[in-house]
Amino acid sequence: MTVARYEYGGDEFVFVELSETMDLNINFKAMAITSQLKEENLPGILDICPSNASYMIRFDPDRIHPDKLISKLKELEQSVSIDDFEISSRMVDVPVLFDDPWTHEALMRFRDRHQDPDSTDLEYVARINGFDSKEELIKAITDSPYLVSMIGFVPGLPWCYQMVPRERQIEAPKYVRPRTFTPERAFGLGGAFTVIYPVQGAGGYQLFGTAAAPIFDKDQRTYDFKDSITFPRQGDIFRYRSIDQKEYEEIRKTVEDGTFRYLTKDITFTPKQVLDDPKGFSEEVLRRLYA
Amino acid sequence: MIHVINPGLETTVQDTGRIGFYEVGMPPSGAMDKYSYTAGNLLVGNNESAASLEITYLGPELEFQEDTIIAVTGGEIPPKINGESVPMWEALEIKAGDKLSFDFVKQGARVYLAVAGGIDVPEIMNSRSTYTLCGIGGLNGGKLQVNDKLEVGNEKIRDVKPGTRIADHLIPSFDKHHEIRVVLGLCSYRLTEESKDRFFSIDWKVTPEANRVGYRFKGERLNFVEREQPFGAGSNPSNVVDLGYPIGSIQVPDGVEPIALLNDAVTGGGYATIATIISADLNKLGQVKTNETVRFVSVDIDEALAARNEVKEKLAEIKQNLSK
Repeated sequence: MTVARYEYGGDEFVFVELSETMDLNINFKAMAITSQLKEENLPGILDICPSNASYMIRFDPDRIHPDKLISKLKELEQSVSIDDFEISSRMVDVPVLFDDPWTHEALMRFRDRHQDPDSTDLEYVARINGFDSKEELIKAITDSPYLVSMIGFVPGLPWCYQMVPRERQIEAPKYVRPRTFTPERAFGLGGAFTVIYPVQGAGGYQLFGTAAAPIFDKDQRTYDFKDSITFPRQGDIFRYRSIDQKEYEEIRKTVEDGTFRYLTKDITFTPKQVLDDPKGFSEEVLRRLYA
Repeated sequence: MIHVINPGLETTVQDTGRIGFYEVGMPPSGAMDKYSYTAGNLLVGNNESAASLEITYLGPELEFQEDTIIAVTGGEIPPKINGESVPMWEALEIKAGDKLSFDFVKQGARVYLAVAGGIDVPEIMNSRSTYTLCGIGGLNGGKLQVNDKLEVGNEKIRDVKPGTRIADHLIPSFDKHHEIRVVLGLCSYRLTEESKDRFFSIDWKVTPEANRVGYRFKGERLNFVEREQPFGAGSNPSNVVDLGYPIGSIQVPDGVEPIALLNDAVTGGGYATIATIISADLNKLGQVKTNETVRFVSVDIDEALAARNEVKEKLAEIKQNLSK
């Protein structure tokens, strides 16, 4: 394991990079350290932001000196172990219409910013990952669930990392130059992460489809937003399910009349369960989610 | 009540910001130049976190429908009441029916209009600040529009006599060339030593892409240390495994045109961050305009904290002078 780097982000942030490389192990470690820090409720801590292979703290330097904070975080790096860390979160069924008209229109508009202007994003990523067709790529994405490894960029955007061994991870570069437009609820992939864009905006991930239901709702119209304007939480397990146009339209109707509710089940699990047997864990998630 | 006759270019309701929701990707928003914003609130006798109007480049025209006290602070966008020039950095008396307008910007980029009592819009996640990208906060989630009506709140905590002024030595002045102090770090190890040097040795020109989300600079290409990209990072040498971006952090996508992320910016992403603007100089950057130049100056954490304290001491001095 690489040595963690502790860095000042000006006088109000400390950034801790546990590893330059993405790894489930590291993500769980960042989750464990930040959840311990939350529990300790230190004065002067304003934001605790776990991310993929790192985390970031915003603090008030008038109440805690950055160096004092850094020594505290170094202590936690030593004392916190993922062996006795338990995650309580949700398994969520996330319906996605792949190869949909809206992201297709957007990605065709920005072909000049793409590595391969002559194919679509699905075709390109399928090819560079050794799949024979885009259907095979979609199958690989939907066969195994993802861990929500980080939230950010814009409110509610979930970075998701698939719970499969490294050799089965799907990887893709981001656009050569970011798009200035991405439709709302677009489903994309960049690096080793999939995302759903909560709102329309700029973006650089390869675009594969559109999620039927929102993950951000500032007006909090449906059940899933009763406590928060954002839906995903770090530690959630998302299963992306490929749906057809008909089911997409049906879900949109329930979103619009306010009756939509994500299919979710609560789950408590340990990093060890995932790391020791990702395949068995994934199968168990799918079985319980749809039981 | 304040009636918006003309909203100006980009006038938004802002306060100290929406703090504590960075974890879910919610940037703080809030006043870009907090020093001027706070001075404005102090001048009208408000709570320091009362909401004000942040006015960018081109001022609005407003009609007050009640008697009140206002103050205009920040860059130099000269205010007029009923067509007559009035001073900035001073508590001004307003009578019902008075119209406030502005001349063209002379120096700086933003001014703050503080109104005794504060601007009253609903608090969303503990703040009245406008975050236009997601349509959150402020008046209907966006910049002011023609015929908007603004309510005045009850955040006034003391009386200030009209004519009360901020002492001259506490009024910042703004130039067309700016020195902005940063703490080098985060993922600066990704830059070559030569590019790190160049980053601090040239004048960076502010592009038209300069707003509350961030400022983009033109100068020269910076180079990253060659490496095999780590798993999950993406293929460009400026890519890292997606991580959190501090407010004020600077990234250089593809080595071309550094971007400083500000109050309404994205909270994380996959570009290597190389330095962070210190809090004291975020105020200054909020007064920088397109086509002006910036020289980045490297400071250590102790200098950053000392600069922060200087800002606090100046505000304490303003407070003390006003309570005399």
